[in-house]
Amino acid sequence: MTDYKFVVGSSPHLRTSENTPRLMFYVLQALFLVAVASTILFGVRAMAIIGVSVLAALAAEALWQKGLRQPVTVADGSAAITGLLIAFNMPPLVPLWVPALGSAFAVIVVKQFFGGLGHNFMNPAAAGRAFLVSAWPLAMTSGWLTPFDGATSATPLQVLGGSSGSLPEGWQMLMGWRAGCIGETSALVILIGGLYLIYRQVIDWKIPASFIGTVALFAWVFGGTDGWFTGDVLTHVLSGGLLLGAFFMATDYVTSPVTKRGRLIMGLGCGLLTALIRLWGGYPEGVTYAILLMNVATPLIDRMTIPRPFGTRQTKVTG
Amino acid sequence: MRNGFDGGVHPPHYKTHTEDVAIRSAREPEVVVIPLVQHLGAPCEATVKKGDVVDVGQVIGDASAFVSAPVHASVSGKVFKVEPRLHPALGKPVPAVIIESDGENRWHDSIEPRDAEDLTPEEIIRTMRTAGLVGLGGAAFPTAVKFSPPKDKPVDTFLLNGAECEPFLTADHRLMLEGTADILTGMRVMMRALGVTTGTICIEDNKPDALAAMEAACKDVPDIKVVSLKTRYPQGSEKQLIKSVLNRDVPPPPGLPMDVGVVVSNVSTAHALSRAFKTGMPLIERVVTVTGPAIAEPANLLVKIGTLFHQLIEECGGFEGNASRLIMGGPMMGIAQFSTDVPVIKGTSGILALGAEDEWDGEATACIKCGRCVDVCPMRLVPILISAYAEREWYEKAEQLYAADCLECGCCSFICPARRPLVQAIRMAKQHIMNQRRERQAAST
Repeated sequence: MTDYKFVVGSSPHLRTSENTPRLMFYVLQALFLVAVASTILFGVRAMAIIGVSVLAALAAEALWQKGLRQPVTVADGSAAITGLLIAFNMPPLVPLWVPALGSAFAVIVVKQFFGGLGHNFMNPAAAGRAFLVSAWPLAMTSGWLTPFDGATSATPLQVLGGSSGSLPEGWQMLMGWRAGCIGETSALVILIGGLYLIYRQVIDWKIPASFIGTVALFAWVFGGTDGWFTGDVLTHVLSGGLLLGAFFMATDYVTSPVTKRGRLIMGLGCGLLTALIRLWGGYPEGVTYAILLMNVATPLIDRMTIPRPFGTRQTKVTG
Repeated sequence: MRNGFDGGVHPPHYKTHTEDVAIRSAREPEVVVIPLVQHLGAPCEATVKKGDVVDVGQVIGDASAFVSAPVHASVSGKVFKVEPRLHPALGKPVPAVIIESDGENRWHDSIEPRDAEDLTPEEIIRTMRTAGLVGLGGAAFPTAVKFSPPKDKPVDTFLLNGAECEPFLTADHRLMLEGTADILTGMRVMMRALGVTTGTICIEDNKPDALAAMEAACKDVPDIKVVSLKTRYPQGSEKQLIKSVLNRDVPPPPGLPMDVGVVVSNVSTAHALSRAFKTGMPLIERVVTVTGPAIAEPANLLVKIGTLFHQLIEECGGFEGNASRLIMGGPMMGIAQFSTDVPVIKGTSGILALGAEDEWDGEATACIKCGRCVDVCPMRLVPILISAYAEREWYEKAEQLYAADCLECGCCSFICPARRPLVQAIRMAKQHIMNQRRERQAAST
């Protein structure tokens, strides 16, 4: 019995089977559903954008880490998620070099420059999109198509903002039959994917619920043309990148708060900023900027929402 | 009424190895190694010396300090030596009395049964002390001290802890099935010592047979009730148990259950107290679950204190496969051992051997700030930040985030998808903070 050599480590000696790659895999599962939906809606073009974007993200991370002689962490799945989200934020007619560049920028500049996974202070996909919108505004804000028939068309948010065109029916919005970025239109599929992640306890319901809830409230109160409380809530919630952003980008672990109250504040802040930009700002859509601003505020939110530890509540003794 | 507690995790139970295996007596040890520190508090001084002949139940170490408990010979025989030996909880050699058994199991003259019925609370507490009773759940706090709350801390409630929330361990579970009457007797004595009129037995719902046994035994007992708790680790922690059952919040350290009018004791401790009256024999044996995927024939053994781990492991068929971790206690809070040459002490609830082929751990990767450690912390701490400060040795910052309140239950490390050693870092900060507080206190007095 003396020939045994034991590992002596700190307790606990038991770990959950869920690790980082597994969590990322769940997110990829949910995003895969969205990818399928966007391919059905926008055809081969969507598939090409997704393929180019994901490959660019993976290649950028691998090359960067190889170049710096760091361990290559492509297998953890986070770069693939960034690539998918960048792709989902592209108009159908975007030139293919745009998502490629966006993914590379997101992975290298936004993530690796700051130390890689876990150290970036902004969501790579949201920052990548913001970069593309400001560098190539035309490529990023035109080229809208209606699914299936391939006719060019204005997006619902552009229509709400005064562009000519008509709003799709509610069911069309739900199924994704509207002009928009390839991965943001299929509301029902995004919802299913998001609920799957909540069920798997990968994401906390608090962020999407408070994000979408706040936008809905503002849209209802201030978004109408006939005075207060006449806004078109459903159109606002189902249009733009709100659902995609609320379920898949605002919930990014690295750039959202870790405390429970903090997550509520994250969602509220994202919702408030999105509503401000949509209703009174110069851009038709504000989800990306809202998320980025709240990303930057995240460390502060965490520090301001440190919970009071257990036992600080007063208890009366009856005996 | 069942309000639950914050956070917590659901590790796999792994209790099937031994939950249906009846308790059996371990083989008589030929040699016992009885450390003079087996409890929280002042260490004992040896009261015997090399060459002395001792009897079962004879005091072999005692201390005059209030927070302490005497230790007794668990076999009869000759004192071989009094020297430092490797201690399973402290990880270093600690003075111990080594006794060579003569195999006669001759009881000491002082051992005689006593009737607890007509004893005053003071007499009961004195017996707790002389019987060397400590909390058998693992923390090994002297029982007599726990049952002597100061006058300004009225106690109105007694909880008997049968949660046994650590995976793998089934010693308490089996004792509830096989020693039901003794547990109940011990509980009544404990309630009398406290002067409380009602008591609650708390059992997690993954032990339906233990719940049924206790409920049946308490059917006609109006002042004791049995509650079933939804299984969640660390429900057996005193603070979490009190929160679950009574919805009372025990204040942070140095706060104690008595600050909210509660005393909690383990079912095994109640059992041992009952035996101490019935037979007069002090605490010289306890039930130990020897288990784990690397143990050939897992079992619940009634073991003499001081029996060496390797004897018990051999008795359970030895190691099976490639044993890579040997742990005293459960997998969540147990203490890793580097040698099988350590004795069972009063706080040894289990001996657990894990195999190398099972992936129990893994290399730490970058923190992805998922916040799961925050979600599961039963003390509502923020392990992610405390551990980050601790790793940078910014202990003041860690203290501001209440690092000293940490229970070291291990939920945060368990749940971490990046396999980061959170508890380890927080424990480091905690020790540093405690040392500083002690120094400050010493400087001010």
